[in-house]
Amino acid sequence: METTSIEIQHLYKTYSSQNSQVKALRDVSLSIPEHEIFGVIGLSGAGKSTLVRCMNLLERPDSGKVILGGQDLLALNKKQLRLCRQKIGMIFQHFNLLEQLNVLANVCFPLEIRGIPARRRKEKAMDLLQKVGLADKAKAYPSQLSGGQKQRVAIARVLANDPGILLCDEATSALDPETTKTILDLLKTIHNTMGITIVIITHEMAVVRDICTKVAVLDDGAVQECGNVAEVFHAPKSKAARRLLLMGDKEE
Amino acid sequence: MWNETMIRMLLNGLCDTFYMTLVSTFFGYVIGLPLGIALTLTDSGGIMPNKGVYRILDVFINITRSIPFLILLILVMPLTKMIAGKTYGSTATIVPLTLAAAPLIGRMVESSLKEVGHGVIEAALSMGAKTETIVFKVLISEARTSLLVGATIVLGTVLGYSAMAGVIGGGGLGDIAIRFGYYRYETGVMLVTLLLIVAAVQLMQGAGMLAAKILDHRKQA
Ligand SMILES: Nc1ncnc2c1ncn2[C@@H]1O[C@H](COP(=O)(O)OP(=O)(O)OP(=O)(O)O)[C@@H](O)[C@H]1O
Ligand SMILES: [Mg+2]
Repeated sequence: METTSIEIQHLYKTYSSQNSQVKALRDVSLSIPEHEIFGVIGLSGAGKSTLVRCMNLLERPDSGKVILGGQDLLALNKKQLRLCRQKIGMIFQHFNLLEQLNVLANVCFPLEIRGIPARRRKEKAMDLLQKVGLADKAKAYPSQLSGGQKQRVAIARVLANDPGILLCDEATSALDPETTKTILDLLKTIHNTMGITIVIITHEMAVVRDICTKVAVLDDGAVQECGNVAEVFHAPKSKAARRLLLMGDKEE
Repeated sequence: MWNETMIRMLLNGLCDTFYMTLVSTFFGYVIGLPLGIALTLTDSGGIMPNKGVYRILDVFINITRSIPFLILLILVMPLTKMIAGKTYGSTATIVPLTLAAAPLIGRMVESSLKEVGHGVIEAALSMGAKTETIVFKVLISEARTSLLVGATIVLGTVLGYSAMAGVIGGGGLGDIAIRFGYYRYETGVMLVTLLLIVAAVQLMQGAGMLAAKILDHRKQA
């Protein structure tokens, strides 16, 4: 991957069970230039997670295109996709750390997947833990950390592969406002120093306002509007955006 | 009756019982572990969903699991003779014991591996992990406590089966209990044998649980 732009074209995804069908994505198109911090906001069930999971093909869309840095992901074979995913980091609401491994081993894990020798793994992992301010917790286990610390470990882990793109699915939704702030600040620092493209999925207005430059409003599986954060928040055109704005104001 | 020969016989019986139990459980895992992994991967929520394969394995395990051990023992005698050269004695008993343990182990392993949260598996997938990395470094590593507890249960069950094999001269403590307690009415010997069996189960149970606890890092230290 040379550049790290994200191009989503006419994405459709329907979940079917025996007696119901959920149209999670309905003709979603997005164009995210490289080095952007791009927000996707929407209410619960809007299809945000489905959309972001399509960006690294954890979920396969029914139709449409996912093009990362000029590379059509759906055209890759299994091995190529694995290699490509190593350059697309993802962090999660519930951190998803390996509970049986200590912090250092967790950060080493992606390097192990890539076959980096043990000594270099450790050096790099310690370096990253330093960066997220958790060097003193290297030997601790995830169960001994707070939520904010766990997310820091997850961030160190995701940075181990020097990703060009970072996908964040509700990465701060399990954290209190204070901790949310510190995590967002960390993401900003990472963005400034490494210049990676960041996609932030959230249902919180405040998060988008704090960190994103552009935002797409998703509702009922479709993009309702998309533009600069300031514009969308100042003069929302869609009903969905106005509703989110109203809710955000109530929270504050 | 408590002469040296008797004591030596009981000790030999105890050794035979451990020998049968441990070796059968080992071979049981050689078959059952891959079985359990395959079940986990191919089930609908797994990372290589395959309805056909899952159903075949599932039905195979259900059938073999529902054959009572004593009947299995007799049923596989030709196979036992082929592999061990005879149908009695502790080494021969390992064959039916392994066959009884494998499907049980398959189920145990499946249920342990399925306890691993989907989130960590997705995280590993998002890092570009291979299936084998996910199996060994995520599933088995994260489920280690549950796997060890399962192994402890399996050991207890296999030891119980090994005692049952005493009916057809399977060797070990069960064999002694039946020969002395049932055929010769020497209740004393039978009780001592029983005590030894209980102690053996306790020992393995204790060791298994301790290992599980030591290796578990999820609890607050
Ligand atoms: N694996 C699945 N099987 C069936 N339906 C699903 C599945 N995943 C998501 N859905 C449905 O698709 C719709 C969109 O789900 P999605 O998780 O993308 O929403 P979301 O915007 O992330 O919501 P939240 O804010 O609650 O995380 C929902 O109606 C959900 O019930
Ligand atoms: Mg979601």
